[in-house]
Amino acid sequence: MTKPITARFQLDYGAFQLAVDLSLPGSGITVLFGHSGSGKTTLLRCIAGLQQAQQGYLEINSTIWQDSARDVFLPTHKRSLGYVFQEANLFPHLTVAGNLQFGLKRIAKQSNTADLQHILELLGIDHLLKRKTEQLSGGEKQRVAIARALALNPEVLLMDEPLASLDFKRKQEILPFLSRLHQDLNIPVLYVTHSQQEVAQLADSLVIMENGRALASGPLSETLSRLDVPLAQDREAATVWPVTVIEHENDYHLTRVSFAGGALSLPIIDAAIGTPLRIQIYARDVSIALEVPTATSILNVLPAIITGLADDHGGGLSVVQLQVGGLALLAHITRKSALLLNLQVGMAVYVQIKGTSIL
Amino acid sequence: MLTSADLDTLLLTFKVASISTGLMLLFGTPLAWWLARTRSAWKGFINAVVALPLVLPPTVLGFYLLVLMGPAGVIGQFTSWLGIGTLPFTFAGLVVASVLYSMPFVVQPLQAAFTTIGEQPLEAAATLRASPLDTFFSVVMPLAKPGFLTATILGFTHTVGEFGVVLMVGGNIPDRTRVVSVQIYNHVEAMEYSDAHWLAGILLVFSFAVLLVLYTVLKTQPVAHN
Repeated sequence: MTKPITARFQLDYGAFQLAVDLSLPGSGITVLFGHSGSGKTTLLRCIAGLQQAQQGYLEINSTIWQDSARDVFLPTHKRSLGYVFQEANLFPHLTVAGNLQFGLKRIAKQSNTADLQHILELLGIDHLLKRKTEQLSGGEKQRVAIARALALNPEVLLMDEPLASLDFKRKQEILPFLSRLHQDLNIPVLYVTHSQQEVAQLADSLVIMENGRALASGPLSETLSRLDVPLAQDREAATVWPVTVIEHENDYHLTRVSFAGGALSLPIIDAAIGTPLRIQIYARDVSIALEVPTATSILNVLPAIITGLADDHGGGLSVVQLQVGGLALLAHITRKSALLLNLQVGMAVYVQIKGTSIL
Repeated sequence: MLTSADLDTLLLTFKVASISTGLMLLFGTPLAWWLARTRSAWKGFINAVVALPLVLPPTVLGFYLLVLMGPAGVIGQFTSWLGIGTLPFTFAGLVVASVLYSMPFVVQPLQAAFTTIGEQPLEAAATLRASPLDTFFSVVMPLAKPGFLTATILGFTHTVGEFGVVLMVGGNIPDRTRVVSVQIYNHVEAMEYSDAHWLAGILLVFSFAVLLVLYTVLKTQPVAHN
């Protein structure tokens, strides 16, 4: 666990301005999420020093990389970082092994290098070392690029939409590796994406970017369920819960998982008891009742407290923010239902969860 | 057959071309790198100056060099002050003129190669701890290898083939400034057509062979003469 990252930047390109003041966690995956043009990639490039913000302060692991007030700007090649570009950006004149060695040759011998063999196995590329980069598939290239960045044992790993240029199948090939990195690495990862699916699957923390500003930033579930962020009103709005497998009910083809505030039944999962999982709960799959529903086909009924209410500005939808045993949950219900039930902040209710997806 | 005087001119020609090509690569590489990367307002001006020998009659360039390097010229006064005399009608003067005359043939392919490489490999190298100079040698040069080959071959052959500039700046002094193209002219003037044939044939075969290698083996695109 390293110290939090402090990142303050102001950059003015006339048509585009970046202005952020962030404190990012020193471990886990922090996703910088936003539409194209929101400034998420610019922010990442400022952190890498590939772009220089006119005004900036950047501190990582007690090292100051930029402090414009004192005229400090460490050039990129002197920053202990790993960077994965949208296109793998491998050197075409070197083999896979040559690419992996490129950075290693340039860091001081005595410094702590990562266990390369372990990284190669983790990313499943140990059989590709002698290949030329042009002989690799898109997914393989991106895995080599990730290994190349990790080999230096950097203090922070920066990833700029590493899956955006890949098709669905290749994405599915790499996502498990990224999830695994997540459990294996103890360095902070800053991950830029515009994909809600990647947010749900990878993020521990979330920064939502819009027009060069950070609209919201914080732990994943908390940030996803914030009502002041347009994401909560999106048709695809969802929250993500960390759960643990506790029981398989083979007769019913169900698996029981537990979370901080109780347990849920899910369609059977092929995972051992004790396996940690993430589940995604879409707001549209959550309904609300004032009393315990006695006759219902829905298995997952949980007590909850309403912590926030919002309208979708003109549509017929109410967005309800709830707390279930310490975890945040969003529900999309009709505004009529909200009025009929007379929902208020602070009310104790029951939520029925119609479906979940496992990430 | 070739006379010993002919052989001397061949030797001198290759000496001038080799030294000139070396100097052109030395000065042309940073110049082409700057031109490929700069956003300076001077870029267009410098590009035009470098390309000037492509369109200027060689005698014009030769004339100005002769004047500038002569005893009354700025360069001539500077070289005199340095104690090395004036450059016209010397081997060194010939090399200086050749470098200026053939420079676009070195700078333009390099500039094109550097531009094609783009920003991405440079950024990747920076994130892998390579300083800008390190990146130039370990990433840019290997990636621009076809550009360097084209630049070397075109710079060399173009210097071998020059005539007008040589005559103006170097004159026709055996063993010092008399290169093959001038010797061919001498033979023709003296009606020694069979001697002229030998030398002209050698240049033709040499030039064609080199270009053949360039365009077939290396598969280089012909350089655009803009």
